[in-house]
Amino acid sequence: MLRRTPRRKPRSRRRWHERAITQARDCGLLGADILGSGRRLEVKIKQGAGAFVCGEETALIHSIEGQRGMPRPRPPYPVTRGLFGRPTVINNVETMANLPGLFRMGPEAFAALGTAGSKGTKVFALSGQISRTGLVEVAMGEPLRRIVEEIGGGVPEGHVFKAVQIGGPSGGCLPGPQLDIPVDYESLKTVGAMVGSGGLVVMDERACMVDVARYFMDFIQREGCGKCIPCREGTRQLLAILDSLGRGRRREEPAGALERFQGLISLERLARVIQDSSLCGLGQSARNPVLSTLRWFRAEYEAHAYDRRCPAKVCPELLLYEIEEDLCNGCTVCARKCPAEAIVGSRKSPHHIIAEKCRGCGSCLTACPSGAIKVS
Amino acid sequence: MSIEQVLARHPGRSRDHLIPLLQELQQELGFLSRPAIRQVAEHLGLPASKVWGVATFYNQFRFQPRGRFPVVVCRGTACHVKGSAAVLAALQHELKIEPGATTRDGLFSLEVVACIGACGLAPVIAVGDDYHAGVTPQQVGRILADCRRRAAEDAPTKAAVEEALA
Ligand SMILES: Cc1cc2nc3c(=O)[nH]c(=O)nc-3n(C[C@H](O)[C@H](O)[C@H](O)COP(=O)(O)O)c2cc1C
Ligand code: SF4
Ligand code: SF4
Ligand code: FES
Repeated sequence: MLRRTPRRKPRSRRRWHERAITQARDCGLLGADILGSGRRLEVKIKQGAGAFVCGEETALIHSIEGQRGMPRPRPPYPVTRGLFGRPTVINNVETMANLPGLFRMGPEAFAALGTAGSKGTKVFALSGQISRTGLVEVAMGEPLRRIVEEIGGGVPEGHVFKAVQIGGPSGGCLPGPQLDIPVDYESLKTVGAMVGSGGLVVMDERACMVDVARYFMDFIQREGCGKCIPCREGTRQLLAILDSLGRGRRREEPAGALERFQGLISLERLARVIQDSSLCGLGQSARNPVLSTLRWFRAEYEAHAYDRRCPAKVCPELLLYEIEEDLCNGCTVCARKCPAEAIVGSRKSPHHIIAEKCRGCGSCLTACPSGAIKVS
Repeated sequence: MSIEQVLARHPGRSRDHLIPLLQELQQELGFLSRPAIRQVAEHLGLPASKVWGVATFYNQFRFQPRGRFPVVVCRGTACHVKGSAAVLAALQHELKIEPGATTRDGLFSLEVVACIGACGLAPVIAVGDDYHAGVTPQQVGRILADCRRRAAEDAPTKAAVEEALA
């Protein structure tokens, strides 16, 4: 599927915001004297420059002030000392977007939706291996299963649901049996996930949970600001352990196996130390993607560490590529596509893959016209 | 627009002008050149090292010119789950450059972003202003060939060059 969207520059999106502000000002809803009430409010848009940690409130303040977006210890909380040293309230746009409805319907109607501890509704962004993707708004406390299966239409036909990742990079992965959990702040915490960003990424049997954990840890490790040592060094170490689980024999040092076993054993403890001793929420929640996958998909970790297999056939170095002789017609396509020169054989005779040279890139698998290449 | 003209739009010298200034300069120049960094520092009365420190902290800023076709690969979660790593590998293989680099002929540059914002269409890549949804590694060759063809079409013909020289 190839789609072209019309020419669009990021600038124009900014112009919409600015136009909305101008319109509000023209109607007297913003400015020095709102609707003649003597109250004053200005709205100004500050564009972020791309840093995950700038979602943390003190880092956000530093970023607006023109500094590197690094958090600082709290207290003082921003409500006492925030932007330019003044008291500051920080809210998400979605929180603000709830205000008009809250005033229009009254607090009772708003609180009637949701659960005892989590009121109102929440917007989730559904994506991944799911039939219907997009933004959905549900009352707090809806079972996760309803969002995934009813609203999202479940995983594509012919595939089996495996996990749903909820809450963005600091969130966690939940398996099928946990889908009946109500989606609210308290319940998700009990299973090692969180509402967080409201992202819901659905995965089917094609996803490898070790790979997913490694993917998040790589992101967190790169996006950490580097100010405090537990987060900076700890996430790097977590990533190294996860990397070692996916490293094939070819790239492993002699002591690699020992490191791998030790790593798996120390994973949980390391994750907890980082949680307890990091300065900001990024480090404090860095354990979630690792511990949640480890908790619900331990067998998959063990297959990587001890059997050197990737059951979902994702981690390239753990895959064994072979050519079935009776299916191979010797067309040489695979040998020409292989970046590692791992395929040998002459024209019109069966080819062979030298396992020691293979990087597991999968090029030959997609290139072979006769389906002679098998992965295990 | 020149560096001076962008600076003139921000007569205020307070530190909070720094990031908007860098953003506008990058918009105009395509990247943050050394002279741009130095002039911003002078304008705001900051050491150039501070400006450099801020600019390198944020993912948005580039310090090399982009290619004529900047290829941006989304490596967000939804795209990862749908196979963006293989798409990136295919692009690296075809262009023979790493993310952050530009090809020698100046035609392509390769960038990685955390989320393009179209997760429902994953995996997504952007080539200039064109967004491609549901990209597979197999499509990469065709997308790049398309760009090369467009570049060749725009290239001045031999006759035009001779005419211009005459
Ligand atoms: C690493 C990190 C990233 C965050 N990113 C965001 C973000 O992208 N958007 C957001 O609204 N809040 C983010 N937060 C939470 C904010 O710090 C803050 O708690 C929240 O915006 C408060 O607004 P609310 O009470 O209206 O939700 C992040 C927190 C951390 C620790
Ligand atoms: S926990 Fe990580 S991101 Fe947060 S302040 Fe420490 S190093 Fe920076
Ligand atoms: S998987 Fe990649 S490296 Fe291995 S034989 Fe096939 S093409 Fe070569
Ligand atoms: S994850 Fe790729 S567009 Fe959001």
